[in-house]
Amino acid sequence: MSLRAPLGRVLGLGSAKNGTDHWWGQRVSGVALLLLGLWFVASFVMLSSLEHGIVVEFIGRPLNSVLLSLLCLTATYHSWLGVQVVIEDYVHAHGSKIVSLILSRFAHVFVAVISIYAILRIGLGA
Amino acid sequence: MSNTERPLSPHLSIYRWPITMTLSILHRATGVAMAIGLVVLAAWLVSAASGSGDYDRFVTLMSTLVGRLLLIGWSFAFFFHLANGVRHLVWDTGRGFEKRQANASAWFVLVTAVAATALLWVIGS
Repeated sequence: MSLRAPLGRVLGLGSAKNGTDHWWGQRVSGVALLLLGLWFVASFVMLSSLEHGIVVEFIGRPLNSVLLSLLCLTATYHSWLGVQVVIEDYVHAHGSKIVSLILSRFAHVFVAVISIYAILRIGLGA
Repeated sequence: MSNTERPLSPHLSIYRWPITMTLSILHRATGVAMAIGLVVLAAWLVSAASGSGDYDRFVTLMSTLVGRLLLIGWSFAFFFHLANGVRHLVWDTGRGFEKRQANASAWFVLVTAVAATALLWVIGS
C-alpha cells in the first residue's frame, strides 16, 4: 500500500517538486557537450595560428558562430547545474546557500550572454 | 560529546583508498575548474571581438608560464570530465557497477585523459 496521494504519483515530481528535470538536463547537455567540446578542441588545434585575424575569421564563419554559441550556451547550462549541486552539498547555512545559488545563476547567465554577444559581434562584423 | 566506548560505524579513513574514490573527487574538481575556465573562454571571445590590441594582450597573458600551466590543467579537466562523463552515462544504463569493472573503467578514463592531454599539447605546440 502506498501512502502517496494518487495526484502526486501521477505528477511524478517527488518531494523536491522538480521531478527528474535536473538529472535529465545534466545528461542531455553532457551528451551535447561531448560533441560540441570535441568539435571545438579539434577546430582549435587545426587553426594555422592563434593570430587575431585567423581567430576572428574562424569565429566569424556562420556554422562556427552557431556551434560556438551552442557550446557556450550548453556549457554554461551544464556548469550551472553542476555548480548548483556542489553548493547544495557544501553550503549548509540556509541564507548563504540561497545567496550562493542566486549568485551562481547570475554569473552563469552573464558568462553565457557575454560569450554569445562577443561571437555575434565578430560574426556580424560589428 | 561522543562516548568513545561506543562502537562507531567504519568511516572514510578506515578504508584503503580506492581508485574509484579519486575519480569521483576528480570529476567534481574538474567540473568546478571548468566552470572557472568558461570565464576565461568568455574573456578570449570578448578580447577577440574587441580588436587585435586587446586580443594580443590576452594571448600574451595566457602565454606566460602560469597561463600555460592553467591551460594544460583545463585541457586535462576537459578530457577527464568528458571521459568520466561517458563512464557515468554507461552507469546510468545500469552497467559496469561490478568492482572489477568500476576499477578497470577508472584506470581507462585516467589513462585516456592523460594521453589526450599529452597528445593535444604535442600537436598544438
